[in-house]
Amino acid sequence: MSDAPAVTSPAPVLQPAGAEATRSDWVERLRASSEYVAIPVFAVAVASALFALFLLAVGKSPADFIAYVWRGGFGTAFSFQNTLQRSAPLILTALAVAIPARIGLIMIGGEGALVLGGFAAAALAIPMIGVAPPMLTLILMAIFAMLVGGFWVGLSGFLRYARGVNETISSLLLTYIGIAIMNFFVEGALRDLSNPNKPSTKPLGDAYMVGKIPGTDVHWGFAAGVFLCVLLYLLLERTTFGFAARVTGGNYRAALAQGLPVGKLIVTCSAIAGACAGLAGFFEVAAIQGRANASLAAGYGFTGILVAFLARHNPLVIPPVAILFGGIVASGGLIQRRMDLPDATVLVLQGLIFVVLLTSETLYGRFAFFRPRARRDRT
Amino acid sequence: MTAAFVTVLIAMLGGAIRVSTPFMFVALGECLTEKSGRVNLGLEGTLVLGAMVAYAASYHTGSPWIGVLAAGVAGSALGAMHGSICGLPRVNDVAVGIAMMLFGIGLAFFFGKPYIQPTAPRLDSIPLGFFVDDPSLKSALQVNPLFFVGIAIALALAWALRNTRWGLIVRTVGDSAPAALAMGISVNWVRLLTTTVGGFLAGVGGAFLSLSYPGSWNQGLSSGQGLMAVALVIFARWNPIRCVYAAMLFGAAGAIGPSLQSIGITQGYYFFNAAPYILTLAIMIATSSATHAARDMPGELSMAK
Repeated sequence: MSDAPAVTSPAPVLQPAGAEATRSDWVERLRASSEYVAIPVFAVAVASALFALFLLAVGKSPADFIAYVWRGGFGTAFSFQNTLQRSAPLILTALAVAIPARIGLIMIGGEGALVLGGFAAAALAIPMIGVAPPMLTLILMAIFAMLVGGFWVGLSGFLRYARGVNETISSLLLTYIGIAIMNFFVEGALRDLSNPNKPSTKPLGDAYMVGKIPGTDVHWGFAAGVFLCVLLYLLLERTTFGFAARVTGGNYRAALAQGLPVGKLIVTCSAIAGACAGLAGFFEVAAIQGRANASLAAGYGFTGILVAFLARHNPLVIPPVAILFGGIVASGGLIQRRMDLPDATVLVLQGLIFVVLLTSETLYGRFAFFRPRARRDRT
Repeated sequence: MTAAFVTVLIAMLGGAIRVSTPFMFVALGECLTEKSGRVNLGLEGTLVLGAMVAYAASYHTGSPWIGVLAAGVAGSALGAMHGSICGLPRVNDVAVGIAMMLFGIGLAFFFGKPYIQPTAPRLDSIPLGFFVDDPSLKSALQVNPLFFVGIAIALALAWALRNTRWGLIVRTVGDSAPAALAMGISVNWVRLLTTTVGGFLAGVGGAFLSLSYPGSWNQGLSSGQGLMAVALVIFARWNPIRCVYAAMLFGAAGAIGPSLQSIGITQGYYFFNAAPYILTLAIMIATSSATHAARDMPGELSMAK
């Protein structure tokens, strides 16, 4: 498992060279960890500059672009709530990438788990509508979505462990298969024939939808996402399970030699990842769409990959990054209308940020400024 | 029943030839790149950008072959980008591939929007079925010249890798970077070149998608062919000739859905359309092993270890 992705390594352990070094211990610590903020921010700045040049090259104004992203994504209370709404699936699909990344796997199957989870939730709800109470239905839907999503990505993890199948390719293949499974049922057995426009399952109906967080226009998926980020951060950083997972991600052979249950760890981490993406699908169905159809495959799973990498696979950093990208996604429509740019503009920007960000991996450890003083003096 | 079965078989034969061509080009490009010890997962994006560029160039110049060339150049640009970024220390080639996939698709959709409506001149096929009367067999034997170009490239690549100095250099770099360094070979330069040429081939594969079959440009043109080709190279054990066979097999799997549709079986259309993905996954499960590396795998390859 030497193809481990760039996982946030803990800040270099300081070895104070003497009594005088302990005094500024926390300053050094801060300086060393600021590298993990400074370089991604620098990468985003470079990508934005390149994107500005790209816009100039096609004859559009970068200033307008920024103004519309601000207006469409963050400027007003309405647009900011819309942004939070859109960041909910991004938080959950980013977790679906970040958790396996900590154990050394590049899983990109979040889109498939989202689609299948959402579809499974809708399929479970159809016979329960009008029979079971809404609260019970929604809870069962969420659990079922997480189970299905967890199974789907867990399968990639299992194949990786048991058969050595490359998890990046298998998870993306499972995404295509998952979307095909949903289309198969939505256009066949479970199609709502009273809706001739777009093949969909039967609608859930207003009584069976997830409500908004009181006082806002944002559905509960956002709160669930933030809660899961904190929970999974604690799981990774403060439990033996998380420690074992990080050891496996850091050095697979060492983990094996230590007798860690590597297979269980890999499958569990993958299943947790899939469950997060499945939950995203549940909220897309039960809070936004109201039914399952092809719009579930809206690309949230792919943007989530970028969010996870930008957050350096740290669950606590995922929400702010997801909100940033949620805003960019949310302003896509406005940009499309006002600036006469195709909707793929956002995709170009995301691709650029992603490429530059990964290129910036090479900068870590190159700047003396970020190095602890004790070590710097010795070199 | 027999007649229907024969129809499906013939349609699958024709489909295998048509659908396999983009697979073949992407797989050959990826095969060359991986032979030098690097993985380019971004070929899916290269394929889509190639398709769009080929269509646009063919539309503006009126010559589909200029379109094919333009697609190759666009693919080379993306390949060179991947190759040079991955040449930097501590950059992960698989992750960069995912990023390049999003970037390539983004560029293609951005610039491709005005070309969804107009019709561009396509590549003409060679009617090899002139000696048969059966119309379905005749149409199955309408083979695009790019299919033969692909086979020629596969033969040339297999020969060059085995028998030329350049082939030896590529294989050395792929099997052991320290050995290549000791020989005075610049590992990064070789990988940059192989990734660029690999990108060229994947771009040409994209040109086939938009200029021959399905033969139009839209946003749903490629759905994972570029990615499946990467798995296909593992299955073909990094041998260009076996890449051609594997591409034919995948083409046949991809043709199941449309063939069944042609005799009126539409039930489970989506299920049969997923056949190539399921086949890829099944093949990967069957050929991978948890305990040792795949046979004939270049030693420097970061994935599938």
